[in-house]
Amino acid sequence: MKAEDTELLKEFTKEQVAKLNSIIEKFKSKPGGLIPVLEEAQVALEYIPISVQKRIATGLNLPLSRVYGVVTFYSFFTMTPRGKHTVRVCLGTACYVRGGKALTDTLEKQFGIKQGETTPDRMFTLESVRCLGACGLGPVIVVDEDVHGRIKPGKVKEVLSQYN
Amino acid sequence: MKENPDTQARRVQDDLRLNYGPNKKFITICAGTGCRAYGSLKVKDALEAELKKQNMNVEVLATGCFGFCEKGPMLVIHPDKYFYQQVKVEDVPEIVSKTLAKGEVIGRLLYRDPDTKKTLFREEDLPFYKKQLRVVFGRNGMIDPTRIDDYLAIDGYQALGKALSEMTPEGVISEVKKAGLRGRGGGGFHAAFKWEGARRAHGSPKYVIANGDEGDPGAYMDRSLMEGNPHSIIEGMIIGAYAVGAQDGYIYVRNEYPLAVTHLTMAIASAKEAGLLGKNILGTNFSFDIHITKGAGAFVCGESSALFASIEGRAGEPRAKYVHAVEKGLWDKPTALNNVETWANVPLIINRGADWYAAIGTEGSKGTKIFSLVGKINNTGLIEVPMGTTLYEIIYDMGGGIPNGRKFKAVQTGGPSGGCIPESLLDIPVDFDKLYEVGSMMGSGGMIVMDDRSCMVDVARYFLAFLQEESCGKCVPCREGVRRMNNILEDICAGKGREGDVELLEKIATGVADGSLCALGGSAPNPVLSTIKYFREEYEAHIKDHRCPAGVCKALITYSIIPEKCTGCGLCIKVCPTQATSGEKKKAHKINNDKCTRCGACIESCKFEAILVK
Ligand SMILES: Cc1cc2nc3c(=O)[nH]c(=O)nc-3n(C[C@H](O)[C@H](O)[C@H](O)COP(=O)(O)O)c2cc1C
Ligand code: SF4
Ligand code: SF4
Ligand code: FES
Ligand code: FES
Repeated sequence: MKAEDTELLKEFTKEQVAKLNSIIEKFKSKPGGLIPVLEEAQVALEYIPISVQKRIATGLNLPLSRVYGVVTFYSFFTMTPRGKHTVRVCLGTACYVRGGKALTDTLEKQFGIKQGETTPDRMFTLESVRCLGACGLGPVIVVDEDVHGRIKPGKVKEVLSQYN
Repeated sequence: MKENPDTQARRVQDDLRLNYGPNKKFITICAGTGCRAYGSLKVKDALEAELKKQNMNVEVLATGCFGFCEKGPMLVIHPDKYFYQQVKVEDVPEIVSKTLAKGEVIGRLLYRDPDTKKTLFREEDLPFYKKQLRVVFGRNGMIDPTRIDDYLAIDGYQALGKALSEMTPEGVISEVKKAGLRGRGGGGFHAAFKWEGARRAHGSPKYVIANGDEGDPGAYMDRSLMEGNPHSIIEGMIIGAYAVGAQDGYIYVRNEYPLAVTHLTMAIASAKEAGLLGKNILGTNFSFDIHITKGAGAFVCGESSALFASIEGRAGEPRAKYVHAVEKGLWDKPTALNNVETWANVPLIINRGADWYAAIGTEGSKGTKIFSLVGKINNTGLIEVPMGTTLYEIIYDMGGGIPNGRKFKAVQTGGPSGGCIPESLLDIPVDFDKLYEVGSMMGSGGMIVMDDRSCMVDVARYFLAFLQEESCGKCVPCREGVRRMNNILEDICAGKGREGDVELLEKIATGVADGSLCALGGSAPNPVLSTIKYFREEYEAHIKDHRCPAGVCKALITYSIIPEKCTGCGLCIKVCPTQATSGEKKKAHKINNDKCTRCGACIESCKFEAILVK
């Protein structure tokens, strides 16, 4: 086992680390491979902390700064672990004018966190998205994969109670 | 001997027509994103189960978006073409036993025109569809996007056959030029000029790319095309590649669109299997392949040079100016980049001819455009209209006007690069040039309708906040200017606006527009400038009177209960998430303004209009 594996194994399982290595292997010689590697790595590991970025940088023979630059540039990538459920409020223009902001405010208040953060008990991560193509149902929130349409602030509690 | 590609394509189609003949009974059900959210897949499963139970052999096709997303889940029963909307799982047994078995219609599932109160049987009778011309998007509703045979049955790949067998690459370019096809992704650049440039440019390999990043936060037509009719985009790209002389192509898809990726991937695979993509297409010596790249969530990556950087695996920062992309695009090679909808128009032009195409639309803008008609509008959905249709026709005839009898205030077009258009301009014909003239843009086709309860300052702030977050930070005028403008707007909305702020905004706007490298910064001031131009008095009300006339900006409004109207029903106590409402049963209630977050939940719940926002 490589020495740097110890650092990775603090946060991830053996299987996850093996998966990470195989992802890197798969894209190693492909031009433009960094972003697909990060995408797949995030699916396998859920988040991409510095330890993982280091491994990717070494594996793809890129400077760490380049990997870090890409991770922080694209909003899709996250460096912190996520909650069990992800609540996404649509803040696309259509949902916004139909009251999406009030939903964000209500959720932030209820969870006691800001957009992009995870509750201390790691139950919920709160995020925003832009237009889900369900504008007719606006304002929309998506919990994990479920789309909930025409949600008013007063109904937020009821919707969340289905998830625990 | 090689079979002529055109005859080959036609033969497959003849077989298929037998299959889908005019009397065949089948059901198409919308499985677009909106309808899925309403549960259309459950309805589909129920239909299939019920058909099996009743021993009927009727095929159920899950198609892409029908357009009228407001009324999902929806389905059409062929060959009679009965259009059922807001269908629930409970309705399924009746649909099968009555409509499918006996041909009887079910009245409650038909659409009722809210104006004439007439019940309408078919899609084409609905006011929403009547004035549309759905030559690109309408085909969504006829096919299962996961099956290439369906696409072939609606004349798919016929244009490719024609191009390869009857036309030279130059001939394709001149046909597209004659048709007057302009890019649907924002700028409205003539597609043929771009192709010509890339064809002439030195360097190899050459690339064609479809831009499916769809960054406009209120638009989903590109998504619906990629999900609902992926082959039309692919066919357009193959024809374009033939014209340009490209060997390789990419489709750049927004990360949030997994279904689009799945359908495109399937479509590419089946096109390859059918010899329509890959080596020696349709037996000719033209070879071309397409790859899919997923975006990773940055609006600026929709910009051409940032998109190239992103495909190359780097952070998406715009590079040199756009016009050079045809010579030095992806990997610094000649590249023709077009929007997804632009590509989907190409087979149509080749099939029906440039003259037919150019007869649709206005002097400077040919063909149709798909818009996402959303916001405070009765009939939310995707519409496709000839260029030159007026905003009034779109909003009132198709859109059915503003919900709850409220008053129209503005329509926002062009996304974060566009502007707000007021009521006085509703009769302008919508095309590239006219929208630009009134201070907005076509953009990718977002159309967000706003009523008297939408605050124009807040809307400007919304877009500037969006752009501030999405600016890649490379140019100082964009990074700092947009941030400053956003701060000023935030202050105005928070009641901290100062005299002279509006003028300051206008001044910074000029600097931002002039000093930015890419069009993100270049057009960033539009949402602000257009709202100042048409709704200056709203800015003044915020700044001078500390008042938000639309009742949106929280710092400038308070909620209270009108004792004479309140019946003391207590509903507002139940819904208030912060326990700000209180009162005894059957007595007038009160709102504690220290606790109230002005979320509006109580207003929504109160049936007696007893809650006042001021
Ligand atoms: C900030 C920014 C974002 C853009 N986003 C998109 C987009 O999401 N989709 C798109 O097709 N074009 C987008 N464009 C326009 C593209 O740069 C390019 O002009 C277009 O894809 C060319 O295709 P067309 O000529 O067919 O419209 C964007 C431009 C800018 C400056
Ligand atoms: S919901 Fe309306 S009527 Fe009922 S108690 Fe509240 S303010 Fe009064
Ligand atoms: S606006 Fe929201 S917070 Fe204020 S009283 Fe009504 S429900 Fe409660
Ligand atoms: S803006 Fe929210 S779904 Fe379109
Ligand atoms: S998603 Fe079904 S009509 Fe648009």
